[in-house]
Formats: sequence, C-alpha cells, structure tokens
Amino acid sequence: MTGSDLFITAYALIYRISTWVPKQILHIFSSWAMRRIMAGMQHPQESPAIQVTDLRVTLGGQPILQDITFDVPAGSITGLLGPNGAGKTTLIRSIVGRQRLGGGAVSIFGMPTATPAARRLMGYMTQGLSVYGDLTVRQNVRYFAAMTGRSKQQADDVITEVELNEKADTLVNSLSGGQKSRVSLAIALLGHPKLLVLDEPTVGLDPVLRKRLWQLFEALAAKGSTLLVSSHVMDEADHCQNLLLVRGGKLLAHDTPAALMERTHTDSVEDSFIQLVGGKL
Amino acid sequence: MSPRKIIATAGRVLNQLHHDRRTLALILVVPPVLITILKYVFEDQEQLFSGLAPMILGIFPLVIMFLVTSIATLRERSTGTLDRLMTMPISKLDFVFGYALAFSALAFLQACIASLVVLGLLDVTVLGGTLPVLVTAVLSAFLGTTLGLFVSAFATSEFQAVQFMPAIIMPQLLTCGLFVAREHMAAPLQWFANVMPLTYSVDAMKEVTLRAAWTGRLTRDLLVVVGFGVAALVLGAVTIRRQD
Repeated sequence: MTGSDLFITAYALIYRISTWVPKQILHIFSSWAMRRIMAGMQHPQESPAIQVTDLRVTLGGQPILQDITFDVPAGSITGLLGPNGAGKTTLIRSIVGRQRLGGGAVSIFGMPTATPAARRLMGYMTQGLSVYGDLTVRQNVRYFAAMTGRSKQQADDVITEVELNEKADTLVNSLSGGQKSRVSLAIALLGHPKLLVLDEPTVGLDPVLRKRLWQLFEALAAKGSTLLVSSHVMDEADHCQNLLLVRGGKLLAHDTPAALMERTHTDSVEDSFIQLVGGKL
Repeated sequence: MSPRKIIATAGRVLNQLHHDRRTLALILVVPPVLITILKYVFEDQEQLFSGLAPMILGIFPLVIMFLVTSIATLRERSTGTLDRLMTMPISKLDFVFGYALAFSALAFLQACIASLVVLGLLDVTVLGGTLPVLVTAVLSAFLGTTLGLFVSAFATSEFQAVQFMPAIIMPQLLTCGLFVAREHMAAPLQWFANVMPLTYSVDAMKEVTLRAAWTGRLTRDLLVVVGFGVAALVLGAVTIRRQD
C-alpha cells in the first residue's frame, strides 16, 4: 500500500463515519416519527406488499438484474422461479434491502425498503442457513425473537409451526440438513410478519415435508400474510397465485400459472418456461 | 440502540461459548499456566519476574480477546447470520456493543483467575492492590475485543484473521515497554509506541505495580485505553454494511 492509497483509505473511512453518524441520528427520529404516524392510522394504506420499479443491479461491471418492474399484491403467494444463476437471490436481497441498487426503487407496503419501518414488517429466510450451529434450536429462535422485538412465547410458537418441538433443545449442528433449514424458516416466521420473503425454503426437503410446508405457507397467506417464495423447481408453481419467471437477470413473465400456460399453449409451468425462452435453455 | 438487544446479543455470545467448553477452558486456564511457567523460567531473577507478571496480566486478556473476537465476528459474517441480523430492525451498535459486553464479562472472569494465581500463589506484590489490577485487565480485554471486531472486517478467511495477531498485536507488544523500557528505544519506535493502545494498557499495569495510590497517570492511561476501544467499536460498526 502506497502513502497516497493509505491517505485515500483513511479519508474514505472518515467520510463514511461523518455520513454514518448523522444518518443514525436521522434514523432514530424517522423511525420514531413513522411509528407515531402508523399508530395514528386506522387502516394501513392499500399499497402493494412489494413494489419494484425499474430495478437494476450491477456487480463488478456485470449486469445482474435489468429493468425489473412488478407489484406483488398483499395477501397472496407469489413464486419466484428461474434456473440457477438467474438472479433470484439478488432480486430477493434487493427486496429485503440487503443489496445496493444500481437504479430503480423497491418499496414494502409503500415504504422504501432498507428502512427500520420496512424491516419491522418482514421476515426473511436466507438461502444459506444463517443460524448459529453452536446454539440449540430454541436459543437460536429466542435470540432472533429478541432482536425483532418478539416474545419468548412467539419464539416457541414458530418452533411448533415448523414441527421442531422434539428437537427444540438440540444443538443445530447435530440436526439433519432439512431440520436446519426449518430452524432458519422458523426465524423468518417469527411474529407472522405481513411479508415473508423465503429464498428456496424447500430445497433439500423430502416430499412429505415439502407438502406440509406448502400447507403452512397457504395457511399463513389465508391469515393475510404475503409470501414471496423462490424456487428452481418449477412444479412448486402449483401452490402460487402469481408467478415471476426470471432468466439471465430479466423478468420473463409475471402472471398467474393458468394464464401463463394458456398464453404459451402448454400444460405445465416448466413447458411454458421453455416456450418463453424459445425452446432452448 | 436498545439495551435489551445489546443484552440479548451478549447473552447469545456467552451461550455459544457455554456450548464450547474447550474454548472456555483454554481462555481461562492458559494465562495462569503460562505465567506460572514464566515464574520458573526466571527462577533466579525474582525481581524481574515480579515486574513482568503484572504487565503480562494486562497483555493476555487483550491478545486472547482480540483473537477470539476477530474469529467470532468473521464467522458471523461468513455464515450469513450477520446478513440476517442486518435485515432486522436493529442498530449496528446493538451488535458490536453486545459482543464487547460478552467478551468483557469473560475477560473479567479470566482476569480474576489469572490475578488470583499471580498475586495469591506466585507471591507477586502489587503496591496498587487487586482492584486496580482487575480494572486494568478488564479494560485491556475490552480493547482487545474492540480491535478484533474492527480488524475482522478486513479478513475474508480465518487464515487471514489469525495473521492479524502477529501483524497488529506483535509490533505493539515489541514496543510497549515489556522487553525494553521505552526510553531506551530508538526515537521512531518511541513515537510509534506513543500512538499505540497496548502501550497504555501496559503502562497502566506498571503504574499499578509501582504506586500504592491511584495516580493521575493511571487514570490517563485507562482513559486512553477506553478511548481507543470506543473508537474501534464505532469503526467496527461502520465496517458492517447494511447493503453490499
């Protein structure tokens, strides 16, 4: 590292602090104000659960997502389908506010994502496990419950929902792969957030368990939650009211499964997808 | 920032250590064993050992907490748990203060055991008394934790994180006055030592060893140590990105 590099690094650091500290102060005030406004409202506004407008993401000069625009209505299950490397995870990270956007905007129930107010409304299940292997199931869920302002009771409730009661006091590291991913799901379900964003929640699960989880998702949607579920398995489309088909960073289609199959004259979502990309994958 | 979330994070970190008994045992047992070995290394130089032992009481917690924290936070980044936390309505300071609190508590336990061995069993006399020794040791550990938190941002693998110990702690260790009094070192090394935090935690231990009363210099040293610690914590919070 040369002297000027060091200077630039130091300057960048000082600059980041000088912008970060006022931002923290602003956050505290804005989230307080937002809570006051929300408390005063009789009915939450009828904004779509997710609104993505002209979203663009570039990583290392490579375009990962291009010109993505769609709405997800509240109270529905939307499937985000596409092959591996299509940009599903980047899209999901953009929605939950973990991705720096190259352009466009994402809002959650009318609020810009990556704000404390928006974070309070959603549960996110990452594609990796993102749980502490050296803690028990209950310790994991209770910790994240504390971090999201939920009670111990709510933590125990979601453990029951993902059917891990018998394993509640087992270390996560000694669970099977499918059980571990259910711990991760349980954390996303904490307090039944209005929006659930699940990145490949059923990958690696046996068919019986997969079916039971889809029943759980349907029950949550019936109670008013909005779900966005990604998958690279096209037959999971049957459980969704809306589908987002993604390939090569572009949104190929946004429709109901029935309309999609009618439009492409096919009788499965998988065939529609192949039809849409022109017969070649 | 919320005290409840800080305490929850500290509790979670301690719970993880509770399940990892071997790490816990190493943290608590290694320092007193090493100091005991040192006593027999200096068997014929009682005077020299009595001067060294308290300084080492300040260095151990710093070095060990630095290593443990840098690996722990790196793991937090690589397993995605930090990713998940950053989508939750928490402040980055909840996270870093939680870590600092947990490891400072552990450091207190470590300092108590090591001090008990040094002052009780190995007959080292410290004019300042036990309490200032413990205070200095805990603040040194706090500094180690916060430095570990900060540097873990610059490591992308455990291999790199472990190398930060020789890269960042060793130069400070060589120049802090442990081996040679700082007045006898070349001027550039003195300048270096004067701006490095470890110098002040070792200097504080020297003060405690040699002076019966709580001196102004001891207060100054400890304030410098705490100041460096808080600065490293804030820098650590800045290096955690909400969006990447």
